Amino acid sequence: MLIVGIGNAFRSDDGVGPFVADALAAKGLPALVHAGDGTGLIDLFETHAALVLVDATRSGAAPGTLVTFDAVAQKLPAELFHYSTHRFGLAEAVETARALGSLPQSLTVHGIEGGDFGQGMRLSDPVKAAADALIEKLCEISRPNG
Amino acid sequence: MSERVLQVDALARVEGEGALYVRLKGNEIEKVEFRIFEPPRFFEAFLQGRDGHEAPDITSRICGICPIAYIMGASQAMEQALGVAVTPEIHALRRLIYCGEWIQSHVLHAAMLHAPDFLGLHDAIKIAEVDPELVKTALRLKKIGNSLMEVVGGRSVHPVNTRVGGFYSAPEKARVKALLGELEWGIEAARKVALAFSQFDFPGDEHDYTFVSLKDPDTYAICEGRLVSNRGLDIAVETFNDHFFEEHVARSNALHGRMKDGSPYLVGPLARYANNYEQLSEGAKETADMCGLGRVVSNQYKSILVRMVETQYALEEAARIVRDYEEPKPSFVETPPKAGEGHGCTEAPRGICYHTYKLDGEGRITHAQIVPPTSQNQPQIEADLTRVVTANMDMADADLQWLCEQTIRNYDPCISCATHFLKLTVERN
Repeated sequence: MLIVGIGNAFRSDDGVGPFVADALAAKGLPALVHAGDGTGLIDLFETHAALVLVDATRSGAAPGTLVTFDAVAQKLPAELFHYSTHRFGLAEAVETARALGSLPQSLTVHGIEGGDFGQGMRLSDPVKAAADALIEKLCEISRPNG
Repeated sequence: MSERVLQVDALARVEGEGALYVRLKGNEIEKVEFRIFEPPRFFEAFLQGRDGHEAPDITSRICGICPIAYIMGASQAMEQALGVAVTPEIHALRRLIYCGEWIQSHVLHAAMLHAPDFLGLHDAIKIAEVDPELVKTALRLKKIGNSLMEVVGGRSVHPVNTRVGGFYSAPEKARVKALLGELEWGIEAARKVALAFSQFDFPGDEHDYTFVSLKDPDTYAICEGRLVSNRGLDIAVETFNDHFFEEHVARSNALHGRMKDGSPYLVGPLARYANNYEQLSEGAKETADMCGLGRVVSNQYKSILVRMVETQYALEEAARIVRDYEEPKPSFVETPPKAGEGHGCTEAPRGICYHTYKLDGEGRITHAQIVPPTSQNQPQIEADLTRVVTANMDMADADLQWLCEQTIRNYDPCISCATHFLKLTVERN
């Protein structure tokens, strides 16, 4: 399994994906930060059977709200994940891969609602708390036999 | 008299935050504005006091799509200020990584962001449903660009192996040579995509543009040459500010670039193609011919075809450099600090990107100026919108708005760069 954090670490809560991925990588788990537009994600779908993606959402929900999608079973709402890149983002990448028949066997997408998308490298408190909880959860499911 | 307003608050399929506003009173255009509201980013100010060697890495952060343009322009300017010249081997390696950026940027825009306009589709996901083979080909082509950036630059976004004077380390010969197979596949694939796009129904909008680009007698200019135009301009890069100026306008957080006489000009694929057609490879010229393109293309909607011709050229050029590649030793030339002034200009995927810096005796930056391509194209984008709205006044609002957005996307505008800008509003009175 590969865990991929998406977002811009210089845009406050938009950096929650990279924050989670970095924390998991530091614990020795297979996690990386994806930089650049969404097309590179489709390349990862081809080389990994199971992926977990973590990104910030901007839906108007309370900051720190976690939403989880089984992206193989359901379409990803583009309006939730439009903030990480303006050109070709996570939802575009997943739905393009679905149209091409290139989705991995397992694809889970965790979205954490951001509150502050201004310049800065600090997560707001509710987003940090949600990130910490997700890190713990992903640690558990990533453990061998876990 | 009736008023019509066309307004797009956040333009889709462009890089950064921009908007369009058009207000018509009867059949008179009252206002056509391409507004950039991406916040200003003040790079030129915060470069002051930094070591000149930091300029390529700092300025590369202006853009995640075209970092190489910034790295190369800043490096050239620093090398000129410090009085050093890079070796031909380092120059070739720079051209190789720049080909990677052209491939990556052109394919993303042409296939995923611009092609949907011609197919009446709202996004790239639909294009994958309508023509999956095309999208698979485009993704594989784009990956070639990414691989070039990774192998030469250390990673595909914001490369880390580049520096003033050359490269921190020479890419391993075996890794570079391993790129050849995909590059050779890509040359024919780019042609097929160009030919498929040539079947699109292009709006008829010919205009006598002032095309400005770099020009080099020996090669299709990417990171070398003099600044030329189709109207007789032929100047050294160092004299850029004698012939062009930038101005603030209230509707945009990006400066507008103009010729000294106030006229707009066009930079980017059409300008390069018009000024440097002779320097294209025979293969790229053949593809242009098969697509029905003449020696000069003056319809900006056909920029999608020129982008694919240039993509083919970049693939051929990269393959040539890879075949000849030997690890440069040393991988960089020493650049001891000293006072000086330097200028750099390269062909970013969207057009010329000019840099100039002044350094003090310790090599610290005392003055910085960066003129990205989208800033220069803004007055021409507004001129194109005015022409297109005037010619299509009878169109229903929704259709006219679509055409206006398409007109902007012709430019593949990079708003983050320009603010170092898109949102559409049309008002009808």
